[in-house]
Formats: sequence, C-alpha cells, structure tokens
Amino acid sequence: MNTRTADHLASANRRLLVRLAISAAVMFGFGFLLVPFYEKICEVTGINNFLRPEAEAGARAATNTQVDTSRTILVQFDANLHDLPWRFQPVQRSVNVHPGELVHIEYEVSNTRAEPITGQAVPSYGPQLAGQYFRKLDCFCFAQQTLAPGERRIMPVVFVVDPALPADVSTITLSYTFFELKGRKFAASGQGARS
Amino acid sequence: MAAVTPDQLHGHHGPTGLMRWLTTTNHKDIGTMYMIFSFIMFLSGGVLALTIRAELFQPGLQVVQPEFFNQLTTMHGLIMVFGAIMPAFVGFANWMIPLMIGASDMAFARMNNWSFWLLPPAAILLIGSFFVPGGATAAGWTLYAPLSVQMGMGMDLAIFAIHIMGISSIMGAINIVVTVLNMRAPGMTLMKMPLFCWTWLITAYLLIAVMPVLAGAVTMILTDRHFGTSFFNAAGGGDPVMYQHIFWFFGHPEVYIMILPAFGIVSQIIPTFARKPLFGYASMVYATASIAILSFAVWAHHMFATGMPAAGQLFFMYATMLIAVPTGVKVFNWVATMWRGSLTFETPMLWATGFIFVFTMGGFTGLICAIAPIDIQVQDTYYVVAHFHYVLVAGSLFALFAGAYYWLPKWTGHMPNESLGKLHFWCSMVFFNITFFPMHFLGLAGMPRRIPDYALQFADFNALASVGAFGFGLSQLIFIVVVVKCIRGGERAAARSWESAEGLEWTVPSPAPHHTFEEAPVVR
Ligand code: HEM
Ligand SMILES: [Cu+2]
Repeated sequence: MNTRTADHLASANRRLLVRLAISAAVMFGFGFLLVPFYEKICEVTGINNFLRPEAEAGARAATNTQVDTSRTILVQFDANLHDLPWRFQPVQRSVNVHPGELVHIEYEVSNTRAEPITGQAVPSYGPQLAGQYFRKLDCFCFAQQTLAPGERRIMPVVFVVDPALPADVSTITLSYTFFELKGRKFAASGQGARS
Repeated sequence: MAAVTPDQLHGHHGPTGLMRWLTTTNHKDIGTMYMIFSFIMFLSGGVLALTIRAELFQPGLQVVQPEFFNQLTTMHGLIMVFGAIMPAFVGFANWMIPLMIGASDMAFARMNNWSFWLLPPAAILLIGSFFVPGGATAAGWTLYAPLSVQMGMGMDLAIFAIHIMGISSIMGAINIVVTVLNMRAPGMTLMKMPLFCWTWLITAYLLIAVMPVLAGAVTMILTDRHFGTSFFNAAGGGDPVMYQHIFWFFGHPEVYIMILPAFGIVSQIIPTFARKPLFGYASMVYATASIAILSFAVWAHHMFATGMPAAGQLFFMYATMLIAVPTGVKVFNWVATMWRGSLTFETPMLWATGFIFVFTMGGFTGLICAIAPIDIQVQDTYYVVAHFHYVLVAGSLFALFAGAYYWLPKWTGHMPNESLGKLHFWCSMVFFNITFFPMHFLGLAGMPRRIPDYALQFADFNALASVGAFGFGLSQLIFIVVVVKCIRGGERAAARSWESAEGLEWTVPSPAPHHTFEEAPVVR
C-alpha cells in the first residue's frame, strides 16, 4: 500500500471514528432525554398519574366494582356531649350513600374552655344491628383527642357501608358521644371507652 | 472466494515479557488477552453460580446468608454478562475480523490496547466490591431502583465498573465498525463478507447505540444516591419504574449484542462441516439487521407486571413475537445448509449443532414469556431463569466454544484433541440440560428467582439442578486441558485446517504469523 492511500485511509478512519464517537455521546444524552420523554408520554396518555390523582378522575378512574348502586342508604349524623364543655357537631347532617362506596365526612369540635381537655368519642348506631355493617376505615373516635384552650378542629370519618346490610335497613343514624376522660391532662390513665 | 496472499512470516519484535502484553497493539495479542480475561471471568462467575446452587441444593439456609446470596446472584449476572460473554466475543472479533476481511490489523491499534486494558481494573472494582463494608451490590444484575439507590458502597463500585466496561465496549465497537467499513481487502464487498463480520458490524452499532444509555441510567442512580437528584426516588417526585424503562431500552438490545456474534460464528462453522455454502446468505444478513432494529421496540416485555395499560402490553407482546420471525429464518437457514450436506461432526460442528438445538428451545420459551397473560404468571420465576440460560449458556457460550474449537488450529498451529473436545461437548450438553431443564418446571410451579430458600415441594428439582450445575462446572475444566495441550503440541494444523473451510483466514499459515495481510490480498 503506498503512502498516499495509507494517508487517505487514516483520515477516512478518523472521520468515521469522530462520527461514531459523537453518536455515542448523543446516545448518552438520549438516555437522560428518556426521562422527560417518558414523563410526557405518561402525562399525555394519562398513565401513571399517581402524583396527581385528580387527573385520573372521570371515566379513566379505577372503578370500585363492589358498589351496589341499586340501593341508597341515608346516613344521618348526630353528636352529643357528656358533661363536657365543648362544642361538637357534624359538618353535614346526613349523606346518601350506596353500599360499598367509600364515604368521607367530617365532624367539627371546639374547646370553649381556657384549659386543655382530653376526651374520647364513643359511637353508637341506630338501628343497633347496622353497627356490624358499618365499616369505619378512619375515625376520630379511634384516638383520644386533646384540645388546647379555644382550639377548633375538623375531624374525619371514612367509612363503607357493607353491601351485606339487610335489605330492610334504609336509614342509619351514627351518633357520637364525647366523654371527658378522667384526670384530664393525664391521658394515659384515662379509661376512655372504645367501640 | 480466492485470494492472493503474500507469505509473510515476520516474528515478533519490540518489548518482551509483561511490557509486551501491556503495550501491544497487535490485534492477535489483544484478541488472545480478551479471551484469557473472559475465561478467567467465566470461571469466577462460575464459582459464584456454584455457591448459589450449593445453597439451593436443599431448602432452608445452609451455606450462605440471604444478604450474601443476593450479592452472589447479582455479581454472577454482572460478571458473566460484562466480564465473560461480551469480552469473549470482542476477543474473537479482534482475532478473526482482520483475518477474515484481509486487513493487517484493526483500524485503531492503540485504542484497541486501551479498550482491553480498561477491563482488568473494572473487574477488580467489581470483584473487590465483595470486600467493602456492606459487601457487593445485591440489587440484581438489572440494578433496579429503588434498591440500587439504597445499597451501600458496593453499589458505587459496581457503577464505576459498569462505566469503565461500557467505555471499553464502545471503543471496541467503534474500532470494529471502522475496520469492517474501511479496511476490507480490494474486492471484498459488503455482501461478500463472512457472516461473522456482518453480525459483528451490526452488534457494534447496537453497542454504540445502547451502552451509553446504560451509562446514563447508572449515572442517574449515582446522582440519586449522592447528589440529591430524584430521577428514580419517589419521595422526591421520581419514578422507580422509569429506571426499568431506561434499563431495558439498553437491556433488550444487550441480549442481542450477546447472541448476534454467536449467530455469526455458527454461520461460519455449519457450511464448513456440511461442505456446502451457507443457505440464504443475503437473508441471513437481512435477518440480522431486522433483529437489531426490532430489538429497540420490545423492551417492555420485561415489564409486563408493572401495570402497563393493555394497549402497551399488546404492542410489546406482538413486537416481541415479531422478532422470532427473523430468528426463525436463521435457524431455518442453518438447518437448510445441513440438509443433504456431506456432514461430519468434528468438535466445532458438534457444538454448533448443539447450539442450534438448545438455543431454539430457549427461543421457544422466550415466545412463551412474550405472551403477556402468561408472563404475568412466570415473571420473576425460575421459568425466566431457564429461558435466558438456554439462550445465553446454550446459545452464546456454546457458540463461543464452537468458535474456539474451530479456530484453535489457526491460533495455536495445532489441532485440538478431538476426543477430549467431544467429551467436553457431551458433558456440557448433558449437564447443562440436567441443570436448567428442571427450572422450567420449578418456574411454572411458582418458585421465585433470586431467593435463597424455597418451599419443600421444590426440593427434588432443585437438588437435581444443583447436581447438574456442579457437573457442568467441572466439565469446563476439560476445556482448559484441551487448550493447554493444543498450545503445547498435537497434530500440526494445515493452513486450511478443516477440509472445506472457506475464507481468507484459512489462506494464512497456522499458527497465524504475528503480522498478516500487510499487503492486502485481492478477493475476486
Ligand atoms: C425468540 C427470541 C426471544 C424472545 C421472544 C424472548 C422473550 C423474552 C421475554 C418476554 C423475557 C421477559 C421474561 C420476564 O422477565 O418475565 C425475556 C427475558 C430474558 N431474555 Fe429473552 N427472548 C428471546 C431471546 C433471547 C436471547 C437471544 C437472549 C440472549 C442471548 C435472551 C436473554 C434474555 C434474558 C437475559 C432475560 C432475562 C432478563 C432478566 O430479567 O434478568 N432472550 N426474554
Ligand atoms: Cu428482552
């Protein structure tokens, strides 16, 4: 091979080397580009929107197949205080729910006194037999509540009415009674009842 | 293919001893070093595998603790993929591509030396990570987030090792592309090129395209670990599933990187021992190219269980099945080459036919995994382990052995011992199937992979697999004996060492002199 063709070959080789090395560098960048790329795809197609669940609302939302839409139960909320200087009331008086549906309601409580007070709420149901079909996933009655002087608090109840609820029950009343725990600030020695 | 070769028998000149190997730019020296390196890594990865099988011999924990077991499976995978299989094929490419296309050396001889010498430091980092506090990474060879974001410093060492091995692969791939495209002897058109060069050309393009993406993925893990980014960290708004998408964008082409050169080797060997030209040469080239292109569109078949929408599952299911078509074309062509050929079964041919038989079984289990509703059942079970060992051990590794037996005469000047070679084949074949066939049943029965303990009903098949694994491991020692004997002496090999071997590599003397084709041969 004479030197001219050898030089020619060497420079052709170098040109190809540069081009391939640039491709490799571009592919390195492409790897990082995949991140916004996939995010965009998920956004456009609505897949994987776990950070913004509201985007899933509507037809795409996962549907709860356990809901019995053929029945509607009226659930009424009641609030009582047992010798406690608080104000306590449900935020909404009643809701209509389908058995199997996940329902989220709230109660409001405020301490009118100038001292912290600890209390615990005890639920009861009317009719009484509805209690065993009333599944509370979260409730302020699960824990003792200590309210600072003048404090106002919104407290959640999350529940599902079991679809096995007997057919003749169409109204359930959920009633809470707040008791003051003995020893007030010594919550640990309290005898708050639990349902 | 006829060629005019100037007979040059230059000896070696330059530094001697260790310096010779450190500074060599000769493609044959570098090819040899690649192969020795990869064989050492093969044995190291094998020791890890046998430790795994010893633990799995019986239910319960006998040999290792669960944390260490996870390190073993992870490091076994990393070492075998990046240390054994890939460098071995690069070694073959270094040795054989210049000889096959009539070039005097690789295009960038100095860079070739660097590509090799990056590997031992990477291997030391990888194996050394067993000895740092917390031990080696235990996140699986796929290094899935979030586990890989949480591991100890063994994970950092593995990331650096992957970076280094990735750079080495990319440099090697660039060298191969330039050599194949620019350095062919006059008259050697692309469509006259031996199939091994074709498959490597396409593999090299795949490497250039996807190794940088892997480097990017592990870099993201690194910055998530140490620099407060949240690519994959859900607490910071990242998404661990994103890692799987990026990894498998690399990972699926990677499995073809490990099999395409094997297809090339087998396509060289079958025609020689069938004494017929390769059936459907052009369709082989097109099949290889379409496998490579399709391999970019199937990555999510590794992620059927991540909750993809049904449309995505269907797309990836059909795309994956589509790849089986060009793969099937290849198997068909090999069989058609053998059809009515004057077949003889010397050791290389035994390995090559064994490859076709067992690799095809792996392809079928791949198709079963590709069916989304089935894969949701078998994902992360031993069924998948069986699938990829059928394609990687009986595919890539068997093809490497076939190629080694085929070209050993050219490398050493002596014919390898036939009876030992055949013993090696039959032991490997039998023990391979004893090891991995029962894993299909284990997987279908629900035994999860990467778990050190298992329910009692899996005990018998696991014991069988462990026995097979030790048999397979020991059988590999026969190969060492064959190679050492072959270097030391044996029947002298002719230039054309196998009766009807075709190609330029058989026109130079055996052993191939240090410098070949200084004056390019003319291919007519
Ligand atoms: C007909 C061709 C093939 C098809 C249809 C196919 C399909 C699949 C599918 C669907 C999976 C995912 C299984 C799961 O994780 O549940 C898989 C896994 C795998 N395949 Fe294949 N495959 C084929 C050929 C190959 C080849 C040629 C190789 C390598 C030489 C290979 C290597 C692997 C590996 C390593 C895994 C497991 C990765 C891991 O999870 O660690 N496959 N294959
Ligand atoms: Cu794949």
